[in-house]
Amino acid sequence: MEALELARWQFGITTVYHFVLVPLTIGLSILVAIMQTAWVRTGKEKWLRLTKFYGKLLLINFALGVATGIVQEFQFGMNWSEYSRFVGDIFGAPLAMEALLAFFLESTFLGLWIFGWDRLPKKLHLLTVWLFSIGTVLSAYFIIAANSWMQHPVGAEYNPETGRAEMNDILAVLTNNTTLVAFPHVIATAFLVAGTFVGGIAVFWMVKTARKDKDSADLPMYRTAARFGALVMIISGIAVIVTGDVQAKLMFEQQPIKMAAAEALCETEQPAQFSLLTIGNLAGDDCSSVSHILTVPGLTSYLATGDWNAEVTGLDELQETYAERYGATDTEGNEISYQPNLAVTYWSFRLMIGLAAFSAALALGILWFTRKKASGMPGWMKTLAIVSLPMPYLAASFGWIFTEMGRQPFVVAPNPTGSDQVFLLTQYGYSSSVSAGEVITSLVIFTVVYAILGVFWFRLIQRYAVEGAPQVEEPTVQSDDDDAAKPMSFAY
Amino acid sequence: MDLALVWFILIAVLWTGYLVLEGFDFGVGMLMPIIGKSNKGRRVVLNTIGPVWDGNEVWLLTAGGATFAAFPEWYATMFSGFYLPLFLILLALIVRAVAIEYRGKINDETWRTRWDWAIIITAWIPAVLWGVAFSNIVRGVPLDENHQFVGNFFTFLNPFALLGGVVTLLLFLSHGAIFLSLKTDGEIRARAEAFAKKISLASLAAAAVWAIWLQLAFSVAWTWAAVVVAALGLAGAWYSSLQGRFGWAFIANAVAIVGAVALIFGSLYPDVLPDIDGVNSLTVDNASSTDYTLTVMTWVAAIMTPIVLAYQAWTYWVFRRRLSMEHIPEHSELTFSKS
Ligand code: HDD
Ligand code: HEM
Ligand code: HEM
Repeated sequence: MEALELARWQFGITTVYHFVLVPLTIGLSILVAIMQTAWVRTGKEKWLRLTKFYGKLLLINFALGVATGIVQEFQFGMNWSEYSRFVGDIFGAPLAMEALLAFFLESTFLGLWIFGWDRLPKKLHLLTVWLFSIGTVLSAYFIIAANSWMQHPVGAEYNPETGRAEMNDILAVLTNNTTLVAFPHVIATAFLVAGTFVGGIAVFWMVKTARKDKDSADLPMYRTAARFGALVMIISGIAVIVTGDVQAKLMFEQQPIKMAAAEALCETEQPAQFSLLTIGNLAGDDCSSVSHILTVPGLTSYLATGDWNAEVTGLDELQETYAERYGATDTEGNEISYQPNLAVTYWSFRLMIGLAAFSAALALGILWFTRKKASGMPGWMKTLAIVSLPMPYLAASFGWIFTEMGRQPFVVAPNPTGSDQVFLLTQYGYSSSVSAGEVITSLVIFTVVYAILGVFWFRLIQRYAVEGAPQVEEPTVQSDDDDAAKPMSFAY
Repeated sequence: MDLALVWFILIAVLWTGYLVLEGFDFGVGMLMPIIGKSNKGRRVVLNTIGPVWDGNEVWLLTAGGATFAAFPEWYATMFSGFYLPLFLILLALIVRAVAIEYRGKINDETWRTRWDWAIIITAWIPAVLWGVAFSNIVRGVPLDENHQFVGNFFTFLNPFALLGGVVTLLLFLSHGAIFLSLKTDGEIRARAEAFAKKISLASLAAAAVWAIWLQLAFSVAWTWAAVVVAALGLAGAWYSSLQGRFGWAFIANAVAIVGAVALIFGSLYPDVLPDIDGVNSLTVDNASSTDYTLTVMTWVAAIMTPIVLAYQAWTYWVFRRRLSMEHIPEHSELTFSKS
């Protein structure tokens, strides 16, 4: 394989891996902050126990999230140096802001939160968990702003003298309309992941506790957590759909070829149908062999424009338009195909939407079975909970795979209403000075190390989830004089 | 002053913050077996950096991000050129983050021992490699006319750079030992103090040779001042350690790091990454972003840096208490075998 392909695999693997951990950190940090707030306000022990329970799981997740994030910060330079040269003037800014505004906040206040239970007054300690959560959300904002610029470059001009894109409007970059819809979609996703996590584990425990002892004092606590999780799932689920829909309409204007690929729509159609299943050789990128079965008439038109009867341009026609506007051949004279990989875009788009159905089922199940105060939970709900847990994770990963692979063959996709020079083909973005041997070494080792760490992550999450909410003591704040020899409330 | 120069200095400041803060984190990691000895002792040692190590590491991420924003060409050439050393450092940082967090999560001897080794080894690797990397930056690397790195892994293995690796290693060891002397009590403190007294002399000796070599081979006249500051700092750290005044020793070590970074960046200027043949060097001017980007980033940095410094300093204040064996709570009872 060429260094280019290897660099793409490495970026894909490390980023998807990073983002498997990210949504839980973002969503759960806020849910835990809410739980702790509930404890501080009501003084009820169940909220403290839930805070500690889910807080532990959050920490296990956070560690690997940080570890995999460190690589991301340097990867653009290591594997995508030509890309970095081209976009650095613009793209580096949100990245540096992310570190200065978000990562410092996140990491410093997390340290204060974990070790501060017996060092800080209650309310101040509560503030630390909120600042930590705000840090995670801020970090998402800046990185999505950077990513959205690659989908839809704004606030920049091409400088023919340096051969680089240059920023002329930071506010345009930070308020890119692509960012303003992608950010809520991703944050809503994060809550869906975290809500499913909280609700799913609570259901598991409700079933388990009820089997042992119907009158256990733990039951009402897990019921609270389950209902809390269900509520989060429902609200965030609706938000995911609404924001996704807005995003789809924007995408249709900004990257029409991505939309057409998601539909495997080869020829222009009016109205355009939406297919639930397609056979034929999608992987061969050969439009003529594709046939749609099980279709919903007009739905693609509606998703793209809001009008059931609108015309949607097909891939063949778009290819011609793109070739005319951005060049028919590359520097070596090879013809450029502007069509993203059909199989990947088509299926990842459907899986993104479809897999979220599990969370919906889980949420409705919880609300139904916990509608009365003293309620039981049938055994099959436990199975549903366990099956549902990984689903929003997978949906989110497919969402990113769709977004990123649908952008190909561009690494910076052109803005149809912006400058026609600000775009970059992926094949010109990688580091030409890094040998294929070096990339393959790092690729293999990263993958193996991530796999090993992933096993530990999974076993710890599982182990702590199966242990259940710990018994707690009311934390007391120590002053420096009276605590000379008192053990820390938490230590590594 | 021209903004590119401001950012050159600011990046030097970020690296100084990183080396001062994560420098003792690495020292503490390397010293876990030597000063910790028992399981409980190792936990005392590790928990001195417990609440702060992650915040310290963000100085590195910020230095990386700032380089990307202010000097994209530097970011692109350096990180693709220094591919394998950087890869090794990243690998160490990845494993380290997880090891610190997971070590105490399961009550099992083998589990703990393995993660302990991970913490120790992943402190040694970057402690050496940062010195090697910075020495090579100062010395220059082979670049072609497109500012592409054209060397290979062995380019980095020259005597000056290897000595640089030894210097950061010894410096971080002494920095960590001094930090532990300040932050622990009881038998751990006694061992840390004894170690700090010896290692700070070694660090002074190695650094002196390296700094003078750098000054004579690669630098300009004014950086003699930086050499003197660094030397006085390290000598002060040694002297204060002998006197048992570790607060001063810590400050002196930090001053030495400031001097060393000033020496490195002073000798680079006006280059940011010199070509070893002096022809195709990346300079503050030809590697930087446009004035517009630099202006935006200057505002962000001017507002945020003091705020970050304030809340990080507050963290150190909150966790100012010395740790000793009594402060370490029992382990979590959890094991993998189901009860
Ligand atoms: C939508 C959110 C999101 C996305 C798309 C990314 N990240 Fe991330 N990142 C986070 C959200 C996040 C977070 C929530 O802030 C993390 C995740 C897990 C964690 O524990 O903190 C984090 C951690 C994290 C860290 C460690 C910070 C620390 O030490 O505290 C770095 C350096 C990065 N990320 C860098 C990146 C880069 C360069 C990305 C682009 C390829 C990226 N992340 C994608
Ligand atoms: C965390 C969520 C993300 C996921 C899961 C993700 C996924 C992917 C995948 C699968 C690829 C490979 C595409 C291919 O080679 O065909 C890719 C490429 C890339 N992505 Fe993302 N991405 C994410 C976020 C980001 C962000 C936030 C940025 C920028 C700030 C970014 C920048 C890039 C770049 C530069 C490439 C390499 C060029 C390319 O192969 O297209 N990605 N990403
Ligand atoms: C649980 C996870 C997710 C679910 C359930 C989900 C669901 C949806 C839905 C329902 C739509 C609207 C489809 C339409 O109206 O055409 C949508 C669109 C979209 N989503 Fe997601 N999404 C998820 C995660 C993500 C993530 C993490 C990303 C990454 C950025 C993403 C990227 C997109 C994009 C780019 C669109 C517009 C697609 C188009 O062109 O139609 N999604 N999503």
